[in-house]
Amino acid sequence: MVAQNVTFGLLAAVIVVAALRVVTTRNVVHAALYLVVVLAGVGANFLLLGAEFIGVTQILVYIGAIVVLFLFGIMLTRAPIGTTVRLTNASWPSSLVVSIGLAAVLGYVLVDYFGDEELPENTRQLTATVSDSIFADYLVPFEVVSILLTAALIGAIVIARRD
Amino acid sequence: MLRNVWVIPLIPAVSFVLILFFGKRLPRKGSEIGIAAVGIAFALSLVAGVQWIDHVNDAESAAGGGESASGAVLSAAAEEHDEADQGPPREGEGQEDHGVAGEGQGGGAGAGEGEGGPAEEGGHGVEPVVTGVTWFEIGDKPFEVGTFVDGLSVMMLFVVTLVSLLVHVYSTDYVHGDRRYTHFFAFLSLFTAAMLFLVVSRSTVQFITAWELVGLCSFALIGHWWEEKPNSDAALKAFLTNRVGDIGLLVGMIVLFFAAGSTFDIPTINTLANEGQISHLVLLVASCSLLGAVMSKSGQFILHTWLPDAMAGPTPVSALIHAATMVVAGIYMVARFYGVFWNGLLIGDSNINLLAVVGAVTVLGGAGLAFVQNDIKKVLAYSTVSQLGYMAMALGVGAWTAALFHLFTHAFFKACLFLGAGSVSHAVHSFDMKADMGGMRRFMPRTYLTFMVATGALIGIFPLAGFWSKDEILAGAGQLGGGGDGYVLMLVAGVLGALMTAAYMTRCVYLTFFGEPRGAAAQHTPHESGPRIVVPLCILAGLAVVAGFVNLPDTGAFSGIPESLALRFEHYVEPVAPYFPEISHPEFDIGIALVSTLVAALGISLAYAYWFRGAFHGGTERSRALRAGYRVLENRYYFDHLYTGIVAGGIKGPVAKAVYWFNQNVIDGIVNGVGIGARRSADWVYANIDQRIVDGAVNGSGAGAEGSGQLLRRMQTGKVQQYGAMLFGGTVVLAGIIVFAF
Amino acid sequence: MLLNQFLLLAAVLFCIGVYGVLARRNGVMVLMSIELILNAVNINLVAFGAYRDAIAGQVFALFVIAIAAAEVGVGLAIVLLLYRNRASIDLDTVDSMKG
Repeated sequence: MVAQNVTFGLLAAVIVVAALRVVTTRNVVHAALYLVVVLAGVGANFLLLGAEFIGVTQILVYIGAIVVLFLFGIMLTRAPIGTTVRLTNASWPSSLVVSIGLAAVLGYVLVDYFGDEELPENTRQLTATVSDSIFADYLVPFEVVSILLTAALIGAIVIARRD
Repeated sequence: MLRNVWVIPLIPAVSFVLILFFGKRLPRKGSEIGIAAVGIAFALSLVAGVQWIDHVNDAESAAGGGESASGAVLSAAAEEHDEADQGPPREGEGQEDHGVAGEGQGGGAGAGEGEGGPAEEGGHGVEPVVTGVTWFEIGDKPFEVGTFVDGLSVMMLFVVTLVSLLVHVYSTDYVHGDRRYTHFFAFLSLFTAAMLFLVVSRSTVQFITAWELVGLCSFALIGHWWEEKPNSDAALKAFLTNRVGDIGLLVGMIVLFFAAGSTFDIPTINTLANEGQISHLVLLVASCSLLGAVMSKSGQFILHTWLPDAMAGPTPVSALIHAATMVVAGIYMVARFYGVFWNGLLIGDSNINLLAVVGAVTVLGGAGLAFVQNDIKKVLAYSTVSQLGYMAMALGVGAWTAALFHLFTHAFFKACLFLGAGSVSHAVHSFDMKADMGGMRRFMPRTYLTFMVATGALIGIFPLAGFWSKDEILAGAGQLGGGGDGYVLMLVAGVLGALMTAAYMTRCVYLTFFGEPRGAAAQHTPHESGPRIVVPLCILAGLAVVAGFVNLPDTGAFSGIPESLALRFEHYVEPVAPYFPEISHPEFDIGIALVSTLVAALGISLAYAYWFRGAFHGGTERSRALRAGYRVLENRYYFDHLYTGIVAGGIKGPVAKAVYWFNQNVIDGIVNGVGIGARRSADWVYANIDQRIVDGAVNGSGAGAEGSGQLLRRMQTGKVQQYGAMLFGGTVVLAGIIVFAF
Repeated sequence: MLLNQFLLLAAVLFCIGVYGVLARRNGVMVLMSIELILNAVNINLVAFGAYRDAIAGQVFALFVIAIAAAEVGVGLAIVLLLYRNRASIDLDTVDSMKG
């Protein structure tokens, strides 16, 4: 429907612009903040798609925790704050070429294969369904992810500790 | 023995090797081996001689006995392939070609051809004893080597071994204490072996081999004291002059080989020549070529120049080689190949031919030169030249037996003269008659006596040996030849030669034995030589006396002599066989005998008057003609000037210079040019191909590897982002390929 | 709504993230770019889940978020260590493996 498409258009524009700013800005903190914008936009997209659980989780975890982590990291590594230092390395042209090529290929494939597939009218997926699936079908991966998180936590502590 | 005559040359050959290796350690330094070997060879020659005489007698009696014996196939006796002794040769009538040739082909057609020829002479055929071994075969022609024994061979065996034996004994005293005593005896043995091999050889190849071998021994023996340059020069002169003549020998032998149908067999060649199967022109060419060899080896004019110079060798060598045996090899060759010469030069039908002319010129030329020599050996050398001229002349007029008879007698008295000269020089240590001798008859009576006897034989005084042989030659010159008119010129030459011989020998005898002692003879009183020198002299002198009686004529004034005594030499030596042409024999002419004796007496008296009585002295001062003649004689007819100065000098000078220029500039130029060119091209190749291309490729590949390595190492920046970029880039490419290609 | 919209958006985001990973000098910025990539993947997952009405899309997106969190934690710890050793997190200077 029109409203959804317009919404989607707006959100897409915001996301892309913000993402571009993330990878081009010279200010690290600005990059983090633009990242917030991107993450928020993506979360909004999820809501647009009817994935309410994941949309909220995105905002909670990503923006709430991960971006804060980033900011702490920036602070602790005394990344140069300001616009004096270049933040792009010497070989960015080839990287640009690679990414554009990748985009081209992906774009072509997607357009070619998925053409005019339409999403169904109502794509709302309840949180209850998600939790049912997690604790029933995907229980083991869920537990493993928990252990992974623990391991990562412990690993991070070990790596970063001062002794 | 006749079948095994190959033993006779073998024994001195073995002694040569033994003396060479062991002689120095023996008590008498090798001379005992030499004397023993030659002695044994002499004994075996005597045995062979006796057997041959029996052989001839048997042939005679068998022929006289019955004509029916003509059917007897005696061809079997003479042909075989191996040394297998097939028993005594079967005598009889009909000396058929095949039997004589012994070519190893079945000589079936035996007796039939007994007609004509020998049978009509009322004589008998005497087969030679031929043995042969097939050495190899060319195509289907067998090449045989073997021995060929007939009367001529047996006579030569006897002469060579006897004179060699006496010379060996003489040498033990003459060269005693010499620096190369053992060597001397070794070469004497080798020479004897080679000469014996020559006289029994059956094929032309053997003949040529032995010919060259005797030439080699002559060279070695003339140059025995080679430390003095004149001696080695003389040896070289002898060898080289002989080499010039050998060209004729080889050409002649090759012509005969092909003319006789590719065979080397001497009897076959002669038989074919006699039967007219070889064209006259070919025989003429062969004869003239072989004549060249005769001229060099037997000292005929114009290749005689080496013989007087050969006197530089020790006297026994001169006696053996240059008087009695080697120089007669040429005469022997003509005698052996008489079928070729008789038919080629038409000896029987003409009044003058090349061989006779050469002989006659030699007689006179050699005798002339003997007048002006002061060296006693040189007088005898020219005398030898002159006497060889007699032999050649005799063969040239067709008196075959006379020539060989003269060879026989000459060997003895000339060897005696040489050995006597050696005896005299041994006493005064000089050969110069005018300077160092004179009146020797008082000091050396035995030498004097033997010398006089031998001189008499040489001059031809009745009844010494030379009379009979020389007289037969003169009779032949007068009687034989076309139309029975004889070879008049040769007769005149022979008579003149006899005159001159008498004169110069008288001069020689006077200067040596008569008058007052001069020079060395006066300073130290000479004494007679030892027995080892004198005994051979006596033996030879004795032979010089009696040797003439073996060929007493049976015609003319001597008609009354019983057959068993007359012409014994001719009977046993002259061949009666298809390989020998039918020749006429001269009769004894009392007229010629008287003339020759008178002429000899005239010569003696003239010389006597000049030397003993001093008449005619000063002739060369008064007359310019005489002076000029004397000078010509002194310079030996300017032959040496011709050979050394003009021929050799001409070649040495301009020709050698031209050849040298060619060698240095053209040949060396080419060689050097090739070398330089090779080096330049090598340099170019090195600089361009090796340094630039090859090394360039090698270095280039190294540089390329390094360069690409340097290039590629930039990928390894150590920066993870770059690796990531590459990873993603590769993935993009791959994905693109998969998407777009599939 | 076309499915392709979301997919294309995800693709663009992904490529931007790739560019950032490859071209940024600051280690933290690289990590941020990785987050972009992960978010692009999340969009894909959820879009497909919505398209097929499969709940697995959301579930997997949840797992991705969790893992992203873990990864950021560990990554930042590594960057911290890097900063501690070099007093700088300029990735251009991290080239001791250069050969």
